[in-house]
Amino acid sequence: MEPQTTENTEVASRKADVLAPRIEWEYVPSRESTDIVEIADRYDLFIGGEFRKPKSGKYFPTVDPATEETLAEVAEAGPDDVDAAVAAARAAFEDGWGRMPGSERAKYIFRIARMIQERSRELAVLETLDGGKPIKESRDVDLPQVAANFFYYAGWADKLEYAFPGFRPEPLGVAGQVIPWNFPLLMLAWKVAPALATGNTVVLKPAETTPLTALVFAEITAEAGLPPGVFNVVTGAGETGAAVVGHPDVDKVAFTGSTEVGKLIQSQVAGTRKRLTLELGGKAAHVIFDDAPIDQAIEGVVNGIFFNQGHVCCAGSRLFVQENIHDLFVDKLKARLATLRVGDPLDKNTDVGAINSRQQLEKIRQLVEAGVEEGAEIYQPQCELPDRGYWFVPTLFTGVSQSHRIAQEEIFGPVLSIMSFRTPAEAVEKANNTPYGLSAGVWTSKGSRILWMADRMKAGVVWANTYNKFDPASPFGGYKESGFGREGGRHGLLNYVKHAGGRP
Amino acid sequence: MSRVDVRKTYKLYIGGEFPRSESGRSYPALDARGRVVARVAQASRKDLRDAVRHARNAQASWAARSGYNRGQILYRVAEMIEDRFETFVSQVQVTDPDRRRARREVTEAIDTIVWYAGWADKFAQIYGNLNPVAGPFFNISAPEPTGVVGIVAPQDSALLGLVSRLSAVLVSGNTAVVIASESRPMPAVTLAEVLATSDVPPGVVNILTGHTDELIPWLADHMDVNAIDAAGATPEQRRRIQEGAVHNVKRVVLDGEFGDRSPYVIAAFTETKTVWHPKGL
Repeated sequence: MEPQTTENTEVASRKADVLAPRIEWEYVPSRESTDIVEIADRYDLFIGGEFRKPKSGKYFPTVDPATEETLAEVAEAGPDDVDAAVAAARAAFEDGWGRMPGSERAKYIFRIARMIQERSRELAVLETLDGGKPIKESRDVDLPQVAANFFYYAGWADKLEYAFPGFRPEPLGVAGQVIPWNFPLLMLAWKVAPALATGNTVVLKPAETTPLTALVFAEITAEAGLPPGVFNVVTGAGETGAAVVGHPDVDKVAFTGSTEVGKLIQSQVAGTRKRLTLELGGKAAHVIFDDAPIDQAIEGVVNGIFFNQGHVCCAGSRLFVQENIHDLFVDKLKARLATLRVGDPLDKNTDVGAINSRQQLEKIRQLVEAGVEEGAEIYQPQCELPDRGYWFVPTLFTGVSQSHRIAQEEIFGPVLSIMSFRTPAEAVEKANNTPYGLSAGVWTSKGSRILWMADRMKAGVVWANTYNKFDPASPFGGYKESGFGREGGRHGLLNYVKHAGGRP
Repeated sequence: MSRVDVRKTYKLYIGGEFPRSESGRSYPALDARGRVVARVAQASRKDLRDAVRHARNAQASWAARSGYNRGQILYRVAEMIEDRFETFVSQVQVTDPDRRRARREVTEAIDTIVWYAGWADKFAQIYGNLNPVAGPFFNISAPEPTGVVGIVAPQDSALLGLVSRLSAVLVSGNTAVVIASESRPMPAVTLAEVLATSDVPPGVVNILTGHTDELIPWLADHMDVNAIDAAGATPEQRRRIQEGAVHNVKRVVLDGEFGDRSPYVIAAFTETKTVWHPKGL
C-alpha cells in the first residue's frame, strides 16, 4: 500500500491541478494484437462432426467492418446442405444424445465451457475483427458470459426433473436456431447451451456478417468429443435461415433478430406443430426521475445506448427525463458524450466501435435523417473517424415527440431519443407507448417508486438503477412484439422440453 | 292443461351486459336428435371488436387485484354453478343425453374452477424465483398476465372444456374473449349468467356465440388481442389463428398438453418479468 499523504498535501496537490495550465495529451492507442487468431482463407459447413464443402458450391465473403477488408470466405448452405445438417442432427438425437443420462451430457457441456475459457482471448479478438465491437466488450462481456452460459446450463442437464414441479421434461428433438450479428457467440451460447443440456440436437445458422466465431466454436465441440451431429453449423444468409426454419424434420425453432424477420418466421411456422421462441426487437424506455443519483444515471444511460454501438435489442433508446432536471441532465449527457472514444475496435480504449455492416449503417443514417426532418434537434460530439470502415458518431436527439420515427422505430445504432415527463403516471404511459416490450430502465432513489414503476412497465426485463446487465441465471425476453419465450435461467429450459406424454 | 313454459333468450355477454348480436342474427341450437331447442345470438365482427374493447378496458384493474381476491371471485363462480347444478346438467344433456355423464361434466367443471381458484395466490411462487446472478444485484423473475386472451372453447366439452380453459386464463389476471362451442352453445350462455352475478367485474369475461369459422379470423387478426387459446379450433382454424397471430406476435396455445388442470396452462398465458436492482451502501 502507498504511504498515506497528509490531508494538507492532498489539498495542495489538488489546487495545483486546478491552477496548472491545461496540458494537451497526445492520444496513444493501445492495440490488442491479432497474432492469437489464425483465420483460414475459407470455411466449410460443420455437419455431422466434420467440416464439409457445401453441396451448393457457393461461398460468400465476411468482412472486417472496421477496415472493409475481407477476412475469409464462408460456405453458403443451400437446401441440400440444410437437409444434410438436419439429418445429422436427427441421427445424433436418435442415436443416443436424447437418451444419454443428463450427468453424461453435462460433462460434455462443462468441457465446452472450459475450452471456451481457454480460448477466450482468441475468440474475443476474432469476434471484434468479424463484428466490429470494441475489444474491451468482447473480452470483458461477451466471452466471460459465453463461458458462464455453458457452465450454468451444464449443471442443469442432470437436474431437469427439479426445474418445474410436476413437469416431467423430455427433449423436443432437433432445434433449428437462427442468431443475429450483434453478439454472435453470446447468442450462440444462449441458444445452444440450454438446447444441449435438455438433450436436443442443434442446427445453428449464424448471421451472415459474423459467422467466424461459430465456426471456431464448432471446432471446439469436435475437440471436446461431442458426438457427431449433436451440433451443426450451416452458414449463409436469409435463405439458409428460411431453409432451417422450414425444414419439416425440425421440431423447434428459436430465433433472435428483428421483429420484421421474426414475423416472417412466425408465419412460416404457422400450420405446423413446431415449437417457437422469438427474441425480437425493442425500443426500451429509460426513465430518469428527479431524485435519481444523476451521475450514476448518466453512466447508465450512456451504457444503455452506446454499449455495442447501440446494436442491442434491449438498448435504452428512448430516454424520458423528469421535466425539472431535463436541461441539466442533457447538458451532463453532452459533456459525457464528448469523452467517448470512437474508432478502432481493437484499441483497448475504444468505447464505440464499428457499425456491423454497410447495410446497418445505411439504416441508421436514414432514421437519423428522418429525425432531423421531423423536427427533432440533433447533437453529435466532435469526433475523428477512421477513413475506411463503417462508423457512426454517438448521437442525441432532443425535442423528440412520441410520434417521431426515432421514438417509434428500432434504430439499432448509437442514437438516443430524449423526451420528458412530469408525473410517474405520465412516465408509465409514455414508456408503454410502443409495440415493443423487451426491456426498460428506471432511476430513482425512492424504493417504493422503483417497485411501482417496475410493476407497470410492460417489459420482460426491468433494470432499476442499473442497465444492460446480463447473467446466465437471469431470464431474458419480451412482451408484445418483442417476442415470446425466455432465454436464461430456469425459465430458459422450458423452450427446449415437453411434458412426458406430450401432446395428443 | 299443462302450463306453457317460459323460454330463455340466449344472448351474448359483452362488458357485463347481455346484448343480442348487433347484426340482428341468431342461429338454431340443436339437441342430440337434431331438433331446434333454442335460437342463440350469432355474433358478428363488430360484436367481437366490442368484446375485445371491453376486455382491454377491464384488464388492468383485474390484474391489479390481489391473487387472494381473484381466487375468491373464481371460487364464488364455482358456488354459483353448484347452486344451478340441475340447470347445467339439463343443458349439457341437450346434446349429450346420458345423465350420468352430464352430472360428471358439471361436477368436474365446478371442481376445476375451485382447483384454479386456489392457484391465484400461489402460482407466482411456483413459476417465479430469485435468480442467483454473479454480481451484487437483487434479481427476481415473476409472472404477469399476458393481457387480453382470445379463447376458442372446446367444441365437445362445452362446459368443462370452457371453464378449464377460462379459469387458467383468468387466474393470473388476464381478461378473456370467448368464442363458445358452436354446436353446444347453451352451457356457455348460462355460464355467462353465472359470471354476471358472481363478482366477476364487467368485461373480464366476454362470451360470444356464433359461427367459429366466421369469428376466428377477426379474433386472430385483432391487434389488441395478446394471446389465443386455440384448444377448440380445427386444424384449418388453428393455421388461420397462427397466421393472424403474426400481425402483433400473439402467443398461440395449440392444445392441452397438460390436460384440464395444470399450472403450466396458467403459465402459457403469462409473461415473465425480471427486475434487477444493485445491492450496495
